[in-house]
Amino acid sequence: MMTLRARLGVLWALLRTLSGDDAYERYRAHQALHHPLEPLMSRRAFARDAEQRKWSGVSRCC
Amino acid sequence: MSRLSRISGVALALVGAIAVGGIAVHRREPVNSLWIITAAVCIYLLGYRFYGAWIATRVLRVDPSRATPAERLNNGRDFVPTHRMIVFGHHFAAIAGPGPLVGPTLAAQFGYLPGTLWILVGAVLGGCVQDMTILLLSTRRDGRSLGQMARDELGPFGGFAALIGTLLIMIILSAVLGLVIVNVMKHSPWATATVCGTIPAALAVGLYLRLLRPGRVLEATLLGVSLMLVALFAGGWVDHQQALRPLFDYPALALAAFVIGYGLCAAVLPVWLLLAPRDYLSTFLKLGTVVLLAIAIVITHPQIRMPALTSFTDGSGPLFGGKVFPFVFITIACGAISGFHALIASGTSPKLISSEADVRLVGYGSMALESFVAIMALIAATLLDPGVYFAINTGAGVLGATPEAAVRTISGWGFPVTVEQMRALAAAMGEHTLFARSGGAPSLAVGMASIFGSSFGRGFLALWYHFAVMFEAVFVMATLDAATRVGRFMLQDLLGHAWEPLGRTSWYPSVLFASTVTVAAWGYFLYVGVIDPNGGVNILWPLFGISNQMLAGIALAVATGIIVKSGRPRHALVTGLPLAWITLVTTTAAWQKVMSPDVRIGFFAAAHDLAHKLAAGALTAERAAIAPQLIFNQRLDGVLTILFTTVLWFVILDMLWVCARRLLGLPLRSLSEAPYRPSRLGAALLEGHP
Repeated sequence: MMTLRARLGVLWALLRTLSGDDAYERYRAHQALHHPLEPLMSRRAFARDAEQRKWSGVSRCC
Repeated sequence: MSRLSRISGVALALVGAIAVGGIAVHRREPVNSLWIITAAVCIYLLGYRFYGAWIATRVLRVDPSRATPAERLNNGRDFVPTHRMIVFGHHFAAIAGPGPLVGPTLAAQFGYLPGTLWILVGAVLGGCVQDMTILLLSTRRDGRSLGQMARDELGPFGGFAALIGTLLIMIILSAVLGLVIVNVMKHSPWATATVCGTIPAALAVGLYLRLLRPGRVLEATLLGVSLMLVALFAGGWVDHQQALRPLFDYPALALAAFVIGYGLCAAVLPVWLLLAPRDYLSTFLKLGTVVLLAIAIVITHPQIRMPALTSFTDGSGPLFGGKVFPFVFITIACGAISGFHALIASGTSPKLISSEADVRLVGYGSMALESFVAIMALIAATLLDPGVYFAINTGAGVLGATPEAAVRTISGWGFPVTVEQMRALAAAMGEHTLFARSGGAPSLAVGMASIFGSSFGRGFLALWYHFAVMFEAVFVMATLDAATRVGRFMLQDLLGHAWEPLGRTSWYPSVLFASTVTVAAWGYFLYVGVIDPNGGVNILWPLFGISNQMLAGIALAVATGIIVKSGRPRHALVTGLPLAWITLVTTTAAWQKVMSPDVRIGFFAAAHDLAHKLAAGALTAERAAIAPQLIFNQRLDGVLTILFTTVLWFVILDMLWVCARRLLGLPLRSLSEAPYRPSRLGAALLEGHP
């Protein structure tokens, strides 16, 4: 059985991932695991890059 | 299938059958919305459990052992294997738009039954299937777009048709959404002030995310949502200040100019300043309000006051002309099957899918939920007194100039309503008047306010009404911005073939030029809609419905062609039958819109009639002044309708040609599927796993 605290933690993590709040942390973890030698984008640069990608195609419907 | 799963399946079927039976026997007396909700949920779950699962395993042959593009091309940014619930959330947020709120509201003029049936049947057998199929096909092709898949699998024409179709939809969609917003703000200081207030709220969020705390989306959202609530209350305060009220009290034409100017600003300003933050806020507001509405409907379970069928099924409806077949299908559009979703299902979502097994939840499941939103909008429209519903939604040109005349007209249709009733309702909602507020949004807001009001406090009806208005406005404006931007990109893509610098998406003169052309295109339709005495929605919404269903037809044709090419022609019926139905409905509607001699249906008939009256001097000076523009617009709409239908038929013929070659064993382009590679992802290794 998970404690209440653990459950809330899962919910919080879910909310962060859904909203993209932890996107940079996930990117950092990915780079550390797969490409440890490549230069890492700063948080600011990553946010700009993500925005650029999101808004150059169809992202919303009627 | 395990025994437990079988038992729950049977239970679902039983409950669903009882609910549908409940609706069937409650004819001639008010039916409770809980019957509809129960029937809908059971039908979605059954569709998901059985039909969706059968298509996934037998037709699409989903293979969980196959590595998805998210795994193969994982770059930690756009290709990221993601937990299925997260992809579901993203996909639903992207496909959920204002269409399923407006369409069912308008379709309620036929009664609650036709709309409800098509939302349920169309989603389970058509829309959900389309979304899931395109999602899988794109996942198998490295996340390629619908246009690219059409080009690779059918030929260059299919790709071009998808591009042109999408560009035109963007324009019609933006115009109709602009019109919806204008009708909400028309002579309503509270609504106008609140909608204006959401713009600085979005700017503040944009600056916060850009300058202070990049990437901290949740903090920024908290800030934005608080600021929007401030805008809501500030609007109410403005409404009570006699000195400030006139500053926010505008006629439709001025508001249309404001919306067009805003659209241009949003298109040329950097994305981070206005577009991206508004999008975050609208997503949160949207998801929050949808959940709140579902809870409130279950708590209040209001009676449906609209009859199952009204006399307007014969085509004489005041909101828009045309018989229940084919116009209920064209009007519901996105709530049952939306071609637009195919663009999302072949956009960001396939790049996040971590296992092919997830396409059923993400594709089929999201659309079922979206369709459920349409059911809620239908309930919000039909719980109103029918007289009130028609008083709000019918254009002034049909109702008559004074409240007394309007009430006489509506009561004459057999839906009694009084001036006092409408006045009391407007006062309770904090509005000056609710007569002739067409477009669907004001009536939805009244419906939502009465649902929220009876669940969470009756005293705040005006606040709930304007909360609903703000929700609709933020939602609509986010879509308007995004559509303008996509339209701009597509136009630049096309213009780039003529002169290369125009195709550069970051060259400012080109950005300015393409944005202005896009905004001018939808601005034109919005302008004509506003000056049209019948409200404009009666013309624009069917046009939008036809264009949207045309795109659905293109998506289903691509899917059908690919399934036949994979050597399973019988399975192609799964997408082929919805395609046949969509084609039948769209072509019939287009035929009537073009050929009908009835001036309330046929574009050319209406243009001809108006030209005739103008020449004979039978129009008042005011009407004669706008008549030439209305005549030109009706003809233009007629030409567009012909164009949409022709494009759809060419893509279908292209697909049939490919199928015929496959069945005759003639040489064909080979399938463009990425080769099989085994997946190495264990579920626990997924990035983004909570």
